[in-house]
Amino acid sequence: MSDFLQRFGHFWIAIVERLGRATLFLFQLLGALFSLVKRPALLIKQLHASGVMTLSIVLVSGLFVGMVLALQAYNTLIDFGQENRVGTLVALTLVRELGPVVTGLLFAGRAGSAMTAEIGLMKATEQLSGLEMMAVDPFKRVFAPRFLAGFIALPMLAAMFSAVGVLGGHLIGVEVLGVDAGAYWSQMQNSVSFVHDVCNGLIKGLVFGFVVCWISIFEGADCIPTSEGVSSATTRTVVYSSLAILGLDFLLTAVMF
Amino acid sequence: MNSRAIEILVGLFMLLFLGAMFVLSMKVSNLTSLSSTEGYTLVAKFENIGGLKARAPVAASGVRVGEVTSIVYDAETFEASVTLSIDKSYDSFPLDTTASIYTAGLLGEQYIGLDPGAEDDVLQDSDEITLTQSAIVLERLIGQVLFSRSGGS
Repeated sequence: MSDFLQRFGHFWIAIVERLGRATLFLFQLLGALFSLVKRPALLIKQLHASGVMTLSIVLVSGLFVGMVLALQAYNTLIDFGQENRVGTLVALTLVRELGPVVTGLLFAGRAGSAMTAEIGLMKATEQLSGLEMMAVDPFKRVFAPRFLAGFIALPMLAAMFSAVGVLGGHLIGVEVLGVDAGAYWSQMQNSVSFVHDVCNGLIKGLVFGFVVCWISIFEGADCIPTSEGVSSATTRTVVYSSLAILGLDFLLTAVMF
Repeated sequence: MNSRAIEILVGLFMLLFLGAMFVLSMKVSNLTSLSSTEGYTLVAKFENIGGLKARAPVAASGVRVGEVTSIVYDAETFEASVTLSIDKSYDSFPLDTTASIYTAGLLGEQYIGLDPGAEDDVLQDSDEITLTQSAIVLERLIGQVLFSRSGGS
């Protein structure tokens, strides 16, 4: 019995300890962000790695999600004779929920895991210690550019996802299923508000970007420096990021809408 | 990949984002009609507003001229006090304009229709529309029909 209690206690203490380390890490990370003003080239390189490289998968999924939404919405709404509202449904679903959430999940899988693996490998091959030996702060040189780039890139990708999705919905709804093009766009404009829907979607994207990058970089920097440790850290990044995105999405939706 | 190619790609990425934001603001949401909030306000009191919501359209002859900005219950007159924001290019509604609550289609959203009267003086900022017609509540209507039928037989 006491063995069990001890293991249970150890389990929780380990979790709290890890959370504490992650928080301290975040403060250090945020403190290092200001040094990026002097080295914008580092940021651009990371924007390429996390933003541009994720673009293709985000655009393709956005197109298909929009097309599927239009198809489902049409099949449901036709029963009520409200098929003109397909545009509204597609746009609101994408802008409010699916845009930021699906982009966040894809980003965690594509860019977040890559960040963790890269940093983890740097740690395993002692490149990070090497940097420190040369009096280069890895927070400023390695972590901060990746963090800021992901934080910026995710909401941008989410906006592109939504825009492409709406166009995909147009493709299926208007071109294939024959919803009136004027009704598609005007019903959408009537019920989607820029501040309330589009901007809140962007805020969601920013929050997800913050959390995903924090988790990815921390997992990379905190991993056990072996090939096995790097692989399990990469797995944890994807799992924790996805859970954090879905949980936070519920919270944000409850607060925003 | 050299840094020039990377910078070009990141620049394209930014442009694509701006394009997406343009689509989202101009085509998807109603940012273009946001300027219509610049207008004057009118107050109308209704006995019953049915399912009217804030941001519902205000239309004259079916043309959108403004929107509902707020709905509060007036405890003194026991009526709903609805504040309307009317686009300032439509500033010539006569004093005896009637405001009615209509429903767009059978299941559609409710909106306020303005029917101009014949007075020469026009409504100014923060004036009250005195002639109002409440929303038709379906249950009440059915009740009336049933009552009149049973009374007639």
